[in-house]
Amino acid sequence: MRKAWAVLRKDVRAEYRTRYAVNALFLFALVTLTALSFATGGAALTPLLAAVFYWVILFFSVFASLAQTFVKESETKTEILLKLNAPDDAVFFGKWTFNLLLVILLNIVLTPLFIVMLNIQLSEWGVWISTLLLGGIGLVSTTTLLGALIAAANVRGALFSVLAFPVLLPLLVTAIRVSELCLGGSAEISRVDAYLVLGSYAAVSTTAAWLLFPFVWRD
Amino acid sequence: MLMAAIKIAAVVLLTGVTIAAFLTAPPLGGMQAGGDASRLFYFHVPMAQVSFVSFMVAAVFSVLYLRTRRPDHDMMATVAAELGLLFSIVALITGSLWAKQAWGAYWNWDPRQLFLFALVLFYGAFFALRQATPNLDTRRRVSAVYLVFGGAISPFLFFVLPRLYRSLHEDANQVVTSTQSTMSPLVGTIFGFSSVGFLLLYIWLFKLGVAAERIEQDAGHRTV
Repeated sequence: MRKAWAVLRKDVRAEYRTRYAVNALFLFALVTLTALSFATGGAALTPLLAAVFYWVILFFSVFASLAQTFVKESETKTEILLKLNAPDDAVFFGKWTFNLLLVILLNIVLTPLFIVMLNIQLSEWGVWISTLLLGGIGLVSTTTLLGALIAAANVRGALFSVLAFPVLLPLLVTAIRVSELCLGGSAEISRVDAYLVLGSYAAVSTTAAWLLFPFVWRD
Repeated sequence: MLMAAIKIAAVVLLTGVTIAAFLTAPPLGGMQAGGDASRLFYFHVPMAQVSFVSFMVAAVFSVLYLRTRRPDHDMMATVAAELGLLFSIVALITGSLWAKQAWGAYWNWDPRQLFLFALVLFYGAFFALRQATPNLDTRRRVSAVYLVFGGAISPFLFFVLPRLYRSLHEDANQVVTSTQSTMSPLVGTIFGFSSVGFLLLYIWLFKLGVAAERIEQDAGHRTV
């Protein structure tokens, strides 16, 4: 627990000094949002389209940035030090918490921008926030494990999205449907069902990622 | 001995099912279900089932590999993934042919189609990952982890989503395992034989795949 906290603090400090992940994450999201906003030219978006836009922006910004979580460690040659000094669980949850903080931060910035730039009416804030949070946990668990995986496999970039997309599909589909509700749409999904899916996806992916992480991390 | 019985049973069952599929009435009559095209039912559904079974087989062998680190288990998981890719592609193609007849479009993002599509993507990513990883030990380790993680997520695609969204597939709107209850006894019987037949065919192909991999390993080829 204390080691996980130490890993998290180390990551936050390293991030504060370089601002690599934050820049990639926020600028990517901003650029995509601008492109979409410009391309749609102020046309009224249907709730479904708006929900799709939001989640696609979120997904690909996260792919672009969080894929580097572990690649960074091997690039700065700090990987071995981390392996020696912290137990696997601490590394996983330290990184996991760091990534989750980044995603939450991104959502805090992206939601208002989204409302302003795409001219969206957002009702049901409670549902919106809880969807983002539950969806964010599933997203972060998956990307943390796969980030470690591509660092171990020594493959970069493009492959990450290819690997992440099929396993994140259930999350993406469900999150889009329930977000559509918050944007005034009429998706055929009950909130309870959506919470159950997003919640169990978060639980399953976190557990599986946590249990599988040592196999990726240790040779 | 057992293998011989499996081979014979697979040949007999699948021949019988093929003949029965053409000689009996279409299982789901009327334009709504595609008339004659619905005869694909006897082949499409079992293949989709086998592609899911194959996925589970691959995940189980991957767990075994991570526990024991025996290269054989990794090889078997890969063979299962190869067969899974084959079956899911064929199921996807037969499914969209049938969908064109029954619902008017090859593709309409039905949850079941989404599942098969995700399966194809997953297997594709799996082989891309293997090919991109030069170190043999690392390759086995990361691909096993990826398969197990996918295995943990797959119930969402296979069981949860189809029930959550209105599906064009009749069975998906009910409990998946009670498909037979809506079929006539004859259709149910042929379908049952077909399921078993394709499963036996799968076991046969799996054995062949493993044997082929062994020969290649003995010949000194590094296989994917």
